[in-house]
Amino acid sequence: MRIGVGLPTSTPPSGPRHRGPELLTWATRAEAGPFASLGVTDRLVYDCTDPMVALAAAAAVTTRLRLVTMVVIGPIRPAAVLAAQAASLDALSGGRVTLGVSLGARHDDYDAAGADWRSRGRYLSDELAAMRDIWEGTSVGPRPASPGGPDLLVGGGSGPAFLRAARHADGYVHGGGPPRAFASAAERARAAWVDAGRPGEPQLWGQSYFSLADPDAGADYLRHYYAFTGPFAERVAAGLLDSPKAVREQVAGYAEGGCDELVLLPATSDPSELDRLADALA
Amino acid sequence: MRVGICGGGPAGLYLAILLRRAGHEVALRERNPPGVTYGWGVVFSDESLAELRDADYETYLQIDAALVRWSSIDIHYAGERIRSTGHGFAAIARTTLLRLLAERAVALGADMAFSTEVPDDDPWAPFAGCDLVVAADGVRSALRAAQAAAFGSRFSPTASKYVWFGADMALPVFTFIFTPTAHGLFQVHAYPYDAHRSTFIVETSEAAWRSAGLDAMSEGDSLAFCQDLFAPYLGDHRLLSNESVWRTFVTVRNRSWHCQVGGQDVVLVGDAAHTAHFSIGSGTRLALDDAIALAKAFVASPGDRSAALAAYEGDRQPIVERFQEVATDSARYFESVGRYLGFAPEPFAFNLLTRSGRISHGNLTARDPVLVNRVDRRFVGAAAPRLVVPPPLLTPLRLAAGCELANRVVMAGPILEAAEDGRPGEAHASALEGVAATGAALVVTEEVAPVAGGRVTSGSPGLWNDDHTEGWAKVAARVHEAGARLALRLTHAGRRGSTQPRGRGLDRPLPAGGWRLVAPSPVPYTARSLRPEAMDAAAREAVRAAYGDAAARAADAGVDVLLLDMADGYLLASFLSPLTNPGDDRRDSYPLEVLAAVREAWPAGRPLAVRLVADDRFPGGLTAADGVILARRLAAGGAGLIDVAAGHTVPDAAADYRRLFNAGLADRIRNEAGVPVVVGGHITRLDEVNTVLAAGRADLCRLDPRTYLRGTPPSPG
Repeated sequence: MRIGVGLPTSTPPSGPRHRGPELLTWATRAEAGPFASLGVTDRLVYDCTDPMVALAAAAAVTTRLRLVTMVVIGPIRPAAVLAAQAASLDALSGGRVTLGVSLGARHDDYDAAGADWRSRGRYLSDELAAMRDIWEGTSVGPRPASPGGPDLLVGGGSGPAFLRAARHADGYVHGGGPPRAFASAAERARAAWVDAGRPGEPQLWGQSYFSLADPDAGADYLRHYYAFTGPFAERVAAGLLDSPKAVREQVAGYAEGGCDELVLLPATSDPSELDRLADALA
Repeated sequence: MRVGICGGGPAGLYLAILLRRAGHEVALRERNPPGVTYGWGVVFSDESLAELRDADYETYLQIDAALVRWSSIDIHYAGERIRSTGHGFAAIARTTLLRLLAERAVALGADMAFSTEVPDDDPWAPFAGCDLVVAADGVRSALRAAQAAAFGSRFSPTASKYVWFGADMALPVFTFIFTPTAHGLFQVHAYPYDAHRSTFIVETSEAAWRSAGLDAMSEGDSLAFCQDLFAPYLGDHRLLSNESVWRTFVTVRNRSWHCQVGGQDVVLVGDAAHTAHFSIGSGTRLALDDAIALAKAFVASPGDRSAALAAYEGDRQPIVERFQEVATDSARYFESVGRYLGFAPEPFAFNLLTRSGRISHGNLTARDPVLVNRVDRRFVGAAAPRLVVPPPLLTPLRLAAGCELANRVVMAGPILEAAEDGRPGEAHASALEGVAATGAALVVTEEVAPVAGGRVTSGSPGLWNDDHTEGWAKVAARVHEAGARLALRLTHAGRRGSTQPRGRGLDRPLPAGGWRLVAPSPVPYTARSLRPEAMDAAAREAVRAAYGDAAARAADAGVDVLLLDMADGYLLASFLSPLTNPGDDRRDSYPLEVLAAVREAWPAGRPLAVRLVADDRFPGGLTAADGVILARRLAAGGAGLIDVAAGHTVPDAAADYRRLFNAGLADRIRNEAGVPVVVGGHITRLDEVNTVLAAGRADLCRLDPRTYLRGTPPSPG
């Protein structure tokens, strides 16, 4: 199993007002660390640096790391726009993009983007198919560096999400939780893949939040970020990896559950967290 | 911390004990006077007793001394009594349990007030000043109802009717009784709970309940009806009533188990938080485990109530969900048990014991090797004194006079999409030979087209000219050499044809070099798919003839089983479904004509199977009931085996993709239509194969090398 690390695109910046330069520092230091990828999350109605812009900046200061969305909310972006952005990023980065896409869980993001909430499932299925067609074609956007365009992952935990991944994507990305929750979702993703008559096997990606130096600040951030889920925010905060031991146990549990790549998302912005994480993984 | 507990059932009382032990202030309010209770006995398993021992040894010792224990289950069915051993269970009178818990709580200094109703208009009033209010007020919880939106409460009734009686006798062990009547089947779940009494639950379908007039009977008359019905088992003993009225079981679920109301934390425990069908006997166990987990969470997070409540919910919710799944499977078994009344006693008992997925062939063998030996012997068709018998999965199956399968495992070859103009080559031979080498008895090809226009992709293999026959003959020879039989999946892709290779997605139309599609109606599969032409009579006739010719070529090639594809949204499936063939009142007539053409061309001694979409899993589509009717008609038309499939008639019809997700459907088709079936749908262990077969849910199981032995093992008991 490979290990990736998240970019702190929505944690409170440690600088005075905006998080600009520290994202670049973070990306540069991650490139020197034992990580396979840089991951970003997506939220419109929040102080969150745009995922595609953040990855484009990271692409400029890295050469090796894969650039992964964990995930972007598909239906709040027109398919052609998202396809062109992802193809541009893939071309800029020399083919390092993996695009995770899902429905998201927040009405407010759809309202702010002027996107329709009710038809989001059907829209996402078609968007996934449309993006692949665009990447293989010549009419919209630049030619991506990866043959046929970036790898696509689909997130979500329902039957339709697993079916969508099997029909249109290259794999499945889980939304986070204990290893047992990942293993159970990964198994269903595989079952849907086989049932749909898809050749080969899905890539299986996982994610977890960590905060090693200041777990309380990390937990506060998660409570704030996930406040829209009500009492579930406490559950997310309780799942925070707050010690090297917790990180190692999570890594071992995900590896056992068949995860191909686990992306560890920061819950605080301090770049020295990368060293602590590297030490925990060593 | 000041804790107010609403409800003096097992969860509330046990929580009072544990929180008092941890030094919290506890005020418990119960609407009934002390000693009043409804219901008879409650069941514990060995695991739940171990939890009690660790949580409060004093209570455990008191309960332990009052328990009745048994380790067998008697199943009265078709005039026989089958006894299964090795199931460690115990029960206690509910009144005794509540008395012991209440005494202990009082001794520990809990403030207990009985006969105290919670006011309807302000259910929080009795708990003013508490930091935490615990809703332990049962399945119809008033506190939960007052915050239904915050908890996200959902209620799912089951279809059956049931009533809790007592009996003035101690049954020797846990007892199931199945009694067919003119009105329908009645069944009993009964167990002893002290030296002189048993719990005696009677359950039946709503239809039988109405037919017997129970809907209009008084409590006394319904008691007399049941007394009379089960007289052979009761002897001189009497059924006892205690507000014993017929009910519908309701499964309660809550999205959140805690919330805040005006500065107070409120948390759900026991039946207020969740219920699970009584047939798995876990209600009290789950309630006590809730109390243990909640008390533990406050020890682990002292002074941080919200962290403790989150930890409690995070700890308990997944476990309870799993119990609810198991209980739902169990409830569904009892709803449909009528379909198994033709079973011999051994498979009937095995099917009952394995109904919820918690007991498998493997772990029942560990508990009760004698019964499993009887079951396996019956499966093989061997009489005593034979003791050395293969497990079900290694029992051969004779599909037709000239075709016996060495075992019960079916495996499909990989989707290669590597044929040139439909001709299979070395890639196909070596891939299918490789599948045969796994030991699966029957190896199935990818989709093979009867006409060039019926291919899925341009690399799909076919069987529309004699050149193809030669290729398949080589494949068949290699599969036979490797010790397996070959099934050829004959598929006209219909409106799902002319697509790109499936490596990067399904149903992606070929941008160039494609071919015209046909379907019963001119509706494309997805918004991006090519629009098919509606088939006229001439087109249907041409395709029907091509199916016959392809079957004849398959026979010449030495294919053992012809699998005619009526599933996965391909041509014949789209004729069958009202979603894709609206306005046709005999949607199965063309698929049956194709079956007849194939039947005529295919040698009589060789098995002919149909892969059938038995459920569209989509509103307005085919349902399992339609699937049963179709399976009967196909069997009458010459299909000797049904490969049960579901979904994909339209693109966004998802399943839940859990373990064995098609097994319930296959079971229904097999046992209602009376046809042998193949079942797939995420079967990943040979133990699951043995269980499905021995329980009579299917005749063959489809495994896939990509999921076989992978993933998490089935969980907990």
